[in-house]
Amino acid sequence: MVQINWAETTWLLLPELVLTVGALLVLVLDFLMEDDRSPILPGLTFVSLGGAFLLSFAYLGLDRTALFMFEVDNLTAFFRILATGTSILILLVSIDYVRSRSRHTGEFYSLLLWVTLAVILVAASSDLILLYLSFELLSITSYILVGWLRDEAYSNEAAIKYLLYGAISSAVMLYGMSLLYGAAGSTRLEDIARTFSDPAVRVGTLDELVLPAVVLMLAGFGFKTSLVPFHQWAPDAYEGAPTPVTAFLSVGSKAAGFAVLTRVLLTALPMFQIDWAAVLAAVSILTMTLGNLVALMQTNMKRLLAYSSIAQAGYILVGLAAFVATDTSTLNGLAGVLLYLVAYLFTNLGAFIAVIAYEQATGSVAIEDYAGMVRRAPWLAAALVVFFLSLAGIPPTAGFVGKLAVFGAAINAQLYYLAIIGVINSVISVYYYFNVVRQMFFMPPPEGSEGERVRYPQAMGLALAISLVGTLLIGIYPQPFLDLANLGRQFLALLPLV
Amino acid sequence: MSTLPILSIITFAPLVAAVIVLLIPSENERLIKRWSILASFIIFLLTVWLWFAYRPSSDGFAFVEEYPWIPAINVFYRVGVDGLSVPLITLTGLLTFLSIFYSTYVIHYRVKEYFFLFFLLAVGMFGVFVALDFFLFYVFWEIGLVPMYFLIGVWGSDRREYAAIKFFIYTLAGSVLMLLAILGLYFSTGTFDITALPGKELFGGNFILKSLAFWGIFLAFAIKVPMWPFHTWLPDAHTEAPTAGSVILAGILLKLGGYGFLRILMPIFPDVFNAFWPIVAVLAVISIVYGALVAMAQWDLKRLIAYSSVSHMGYAMLGIATAAATLDTSESIFTSRAIALNGALFQFIAHGLITGGLFFMVGVIYERAHTRDLKAFGGLGAILPIIYGFFAITAFASLGLPGLAGFVSEFMVFRGAFHIIPYIAAIGVIGIVATAAMFLWKVIQMVFLGPLNERWKDLPDMYWWEVVTMAPLVVLFTLLGVYPMPVLQYVNAGVVKVLELMS
Repeated sequence: MVQINWAETTWLLLPELVLTVGALLVLVLDFLMEDDRSPILPGLTFVSLGGAFLLSFAYLGLDRTALFMFEVDNLTAFFRILATGTSILILLVSIDYVRSRSRHTGEFYSLLLWVTLAVILVAASSDLILLYLSFELLSITSYILVGWLRDEAYSNEAAIKYLLYGAISSAVMLYGMSLLYGAAGSTRLEDIARTFSDPAVRVGTLDELVLPAVVLMLAGFGFKTSLVPFHQWAPDAYEGAPTPVTAFLSVGSKAAGFAVLTRVLLTALPMFQIDWAAVLAAVSILTMTLGNLVALMQTNMKRLLAYSSIAQAGYILVGLAAFVATDTSTLNGLAGVLLYLVAYLFTNLGAFIAVIAYEQATGSVAIEDYAGMVRRAPWLAAALVVFFLSLAGIPPTAGFVGKLAVFGAAINAQLYYLAIIGVINSVISVYYYFNVVRQMFFMPPPEGSEGERVRYPQAMGLALAISLVGTLLIGIYPQPFLDLANLGRQFLALLPLV
Repeated sequence: MSTLPILSIITFAPLVAAVIVLLIPSENERLIKRWSILASFIIFLLTVWLWFAYRPSSDGFAFVEEYPWIPAINVFYRVGVDGLSVPLITLTGLLTFLSIFYSTYVIHYRVKEYFFLFFLLAVGMFGVFVALDFFLFYVFWEIGLVPMYFLIGVWGSDRREYAAIKFFIYTLAGSVLMLLAILGLYFSTGTFDITALPGKELFGGNFILKSLAFWGIFLAFAIKVPMWPFHTWLPDAHTEAPTAGSVILAGILLKLGGYGFLRILMPIFPDVFNAFWPIVAVLAVISIVYGALVAMAQWDLKRLIAYSSVSHMGYAMLGIATAAATLDTSESIFTSRAIALNGALFQFIAHGLITGGLFFMVGVIYERAHTRDLKAFGGLGAILPIIYGFFAITAFASLGLPGLAGFVSEFMVFRGAFHIIPYIAAIGVIGIVATAAMFLWKVIQMVFLGPLNERWKDLPDMYWWEVVTMAPLVVLFTLLGVYPMPVLQYVNAGVVKVLELMS
């Protein structure tokens, strides 16, 4: 029996413990407190998230395993930062939103902490069992958050749809995992990799189980990242969910999906890259093309962003499909994926924050109600243009750098067709993003609303400013972010690669 | 080398001006306009200063600034100028100033945004002409798109929304393929340095990949120029844009594409360009003839001039194709190639001055008559003599009357082309005839001659600010028509360098 060093384990898991304690405290305090509008709960949530966020930087450069199944490496550090950072921004915009809609604010904050924890656990799992459990934690907390507006039919419908799709895809994923376990005889990713790199094993027929296993697991991973054909839940869930939750789904839970894709494929199955890279390339093409084409027809802002985020997942997948383990250049596929995720975090959250601010003021998320927005909220409209430019990949914004990295990786891996389809798709996307811009800038505001200025709370303004600065900073000076993204790949060097 | 970062100052001065516009309260339109005139005039003076500070030379770049920007992927902030770019930068400074000056008198709607966007547009244009790093080049190339989209979409005429998004999507479609080609070049050579790429072996000598990269970049530039059959965004954008927007589109934005041919395609892909020159030459000739004939069929004055631009840029492209048609450097051939290429680049300048002027004149007429329908005019010459005079001389310049700048460039292009690709060049001459017919019949005769349409009898003649806007252009294209040397010595230095890099 291996002795567990509890002091060290506690240290390694400290950010997660901070989140857990925070979530429990929020729940308990919520019971004890009379006043639902008290700033204590959001304050505590903020402290908990902020603490975990800052702590996460302390683990950069480390490569340890806690409790045999929780990796504390650069990839985990990266997703810790990403997840807590996302939730901090979500929290800033939620305070006003949840207060104005429900009395059960405590549950919301607590769930936000749980869901953040789940994203980190998913990203850090190096064992299929923990991976599955974390995945379920993420899913269940997400279902509740989506249905959090319990008096609204849309919200309920969204939660039910999300739950049904989620349950099925999770079952399919579990089947895939069991195949992998059966073939390799272990649930630990490292052991799986070792088994398959053993020539004696590879002579057998077990190899044939791997591709089906990957495809089946992809049902689960693809569900979280909303890859085609596992995307159907996304538009409905995005539309019905409280908008801050939609923002979280589109960034946080998507990031979790990419984390697990990266970790499972690159650590457990690097020797099968030829197979899964081809599958990923095909899925990527389907995802970006379908997402963009359907987005062209949307009239609801949240559905538009839903399809747009499906398309974005397709671009991110290009990086993974194009990743070559032996590629030592800084513009490799994995760095592309991670860089894109950071860029996407600021950009997509920014877009959602602007949408939430406008929704709070006007009560609408219909695209036609954005007509004349520049007259009513000039800064909000201008910020939204920047976020759209970034989503479309036009410099000098973060989205451009992200696309440069993933398409660059595709070019370097000689997947020219993938890069060409990718850029054509980003041209298509301009049409629907700028359809909104057209409404905001070219159309006159509706009768009677010309003089009304849209007002939004300071916390929302702060979140918007952070997203805007992030989007432009990555676009103008990407060096530090590129460095951060390249740290993520270091864990690969320690693995038994062929 | 100067220690003053003059190129960065020129490039980013409009950004500073734009930010200051933002800081002025939007109610204070007077102040916004005054500031815009002052700022654009200062920027223009800076470009004039650059003109005189630069000594034309065929080797290297002047006023180079180089700082690491994204060391991880070898991207530098690298700017510099040579004989190709200096005249275009000064032209940009001039046209931006005149456009802003003119706009202060005709723009009364969302004034603050307008001038903010106009300055932003200038950043993109200057940036493309000074950038010597592919990454930087691409960033500036795209930056110009967005302000122009808004300028067309907010301040344009009836079909402005359609024209705006069409312009955006078309141009973007071209440039994303260029981005992939740039990435391909980067992975094959490890550098984004435009000055280091010529002479490097690309893609390990794989001709198919080289061709793919060439056509990717070609498409971006050909759409921008535009060459037939990639021109269809242009008539819409030019026609719907506000006057100053059309001036900048025709005067500068089209030249970005042409400049790209000289700065990037010719030096970096000489062998590929040489292999495919007939395609480029044929497209150029089709552009010349087709543009002129279609222009002749228009009944919208602005659309007519827009199509004439397609034709005129075709001459420049013919000059470029001529220079790429052979890599022979024996003296007489080299001279002819150099003359054709000089003609092409001189055409950029001449066309910028002349067509910029034509669009200003269309604006002058439209502001009064609120129509551009040729059939509605007639006899204006008798009551509006000053407008007639300005319009006529600019139209003569555009159709290539000797003594005016348009003639010089066309003559040079054909002088070079007839030596190297005589048959193709011969077809191109049809364009000259059609252009002359089009301007004399459609513009001069239908607008200014014939019986006066009574509707227009009370129209005022040119105001002083319109004369101030037009006069510098007329003076310049007349002077350059008589004595083109001041520009040609710059242009020639740049052209000789390009041709040397090609061999």
